[in-house]
Amino acid sequence: MARTAVGAGAQVGERPPDIRAVPLRHPGRWVVAVIVLVLAAMLGHSLVTNTRFHWAIIGQYFTSTRVLSGLAVTIELTVIAMAIGIVLGVLLAVMRLSPNPLVSGASWLYIWFFRGTPLLVQLLFWYNLSALYPRLGLGVPFGPQFVAGSANAFITPFVAAILGLGLNEGAYMAEIVRAGILSVDQGQTEAAQALGMTRLQTMRRIVLPQAMRVIVPPTGNETISMLKTTSLVSVIAVTDLLYAVELIYAANYRTIPLLIVASIWYLIVTSILTIGQYYVERYFARGAAKQLPLTPWQRLRRNLAITRPALAGGLEVPRPPR
Amino acid sequence: MSVSGAGSGSPGLMVEADNLHKRFGRLEVLRGVTLQVRPSEVLCVIGPSGSGKSTFLRCINHLEKIDAGRLWVDGVLVGYAQRGDRLHELPEREVCRRRAEIGMVFQRFNLFPHMTALENVMEGPVVVKREAKATARDRARDLLAQVGLVDKADVYPNQLSGGQQQRVAIARALAMEPKLMLFDEPTSALDPELVGEVLDVMRRLAEQGMTMIVVTHEMGFAREVGDSLVFMDGGVVVEAGPPRQVLSDPRQERTRSFLSKVL
Repeated sequence: MARTAVGAGAQVGERPPDIRAVPLRHPGRWVVAVIVLVLAAMLGHSLVTNTRFHWAIIGQYFTSTRVLSGLAVTIELTVIAMAIGIVLGVLLAVMRLSPNPLVSGASWLYIWFFRGTPLLVQLLFWYNLSALYPRLGLGVPFGPQFVAGSANAFITPFVAAILGLGLNEGAYMAEIVRAGILSVDQGQTEAAQALGMTRLQTMRRIVLPQAMRVIVPPTGNETISMLKTTSLVSVIAVTDLLYAVELIYAANYRTIPLLIVASIWYLIVTSILTIGQYYVERYFARGAAKQLPLTPWQRLRRNLAITRPALAGGLEVPRPPR
Repeated sequence: MSVSGAGSGSPGLMVEADNLHKRFGRLEVLRGVTLQVRPSEVLCVIGPSGSGKSTFLRCINHLEKIDAGRLWVDGVLVGYAQRGDRLHELPEREVCRRRAEIGMVFQRFNLFPHMTALENVMEGPVVVKREAKATARDRARDLLAQVGLVDKADVYPNQLSGGQQQRVAIARALAMEPKLMLFDEPTSALDPELVGEVLDVMRRLAEQGMTMIVVTHEMGFAREVGDSLVFMDGGVVVEAGPPRQVLSDPRQERTRSFLSKVL
């Protein structure tokens, strides 16, 4: 089938036997393996023998109420700040690409400001907003106010944290979304417009869904980064995971074990987010890859299915359908 | 050539271009294109690359803005609304409404890769015409059957050959029930062996009485299916006439030298 016909009635010869070549040796890999194993053994040894790790204390605080409620605050902050960041990011990105120079200029200015100043400064700024505007209100510009109240009552530390993290994230997400939108072929927009779609319909139905493939991986990255960045809010007295353990070790001086408790929790949540990101990426790969990548579970099942006949005889490499 | 100042083209024409000009920066792409297309006519446009063929098509569909001259589709001025002596730019809604009545098929297919073939065909009716999904789905299936791809309804574009993708793209354009179909080099990106299947679909469409403007390099198709042929070069129509006559007995020297290179 795959062979070139030399002429009419060219014969398809018998299949030659499979090539069984002597595999290339990799002595370097053995050296590296030994080094890695020794280092791992040293690390493991110290984890077990160094009593200053205080594994018992780690176990004791790992699921303590104060740590868990700190963890809850951290997750809450991450979710809300990312939600604000993503919505704001899409809005700013679309604004940035607008033909209206005022709209795109406003977006540019926002991104310039929020990317250009340290997040820590922004957090402190929101926290201290009442020093600048003691009273906040809603009403007609330069006219009467309908609702008004003290800024201190409205900007609680938690609200300040949400504002600081979310508004800052919006600036970064805007650039990610913009890159995604720009990655979509211009022909897609034209095809949508030729069908009679408005700019908004084209963006929502055609461009953004395709941009997602480019947007999702860095957004996952941002989410993981955000999870850890939330630890900055300890400076404005929000009891997130880090601040919770800080409060505990300030009282009992078990600094290292409690920092390990926090680290393990950060690692656990990060791992869960990584898995979630894998599935989201897989969803938006529809139509982009010839075949969707297998989920780890599917891969495991297929490996088992292949190994069995492979043990019995020839190994059939599955080919993607044309 | 009658220039109607009142803002409506000559009666009984599907497309009428009068001294059309289009510029990209300093580059004048269209330098006075004048031609007419009657309903149910198949007009083939040939010419070297950069001659303004595609730009002309895109002007008809509001994908490019006209700089000078007038263009009417079905008696309605394209791109602008004329009130008194002044031309007013059209609001987006109006542009979209007009585009929806004109089907366009692109050289690179431009199918939506995140939708199956069926979803591609349904997209226009559902989103633009707000048709019920069930109705749109039935019609999309019929259209896919017409282009011989009903068994590929649930397949994503990247699993289709170029010829199949282009046939889906034609079905997608037809789903909007256009009164005019524009083809922008529909077979130029195809492997030679896949060209025939696309041309067959287009031939059947022509037989059904669809008005078509086809920018193409397929001289055989132009000769057999086209009712008229236009040779464009340097942003103007160099020669127009019945395809057989233009192809076998061109009057202009430029047409002759172009044809001697491609035939």
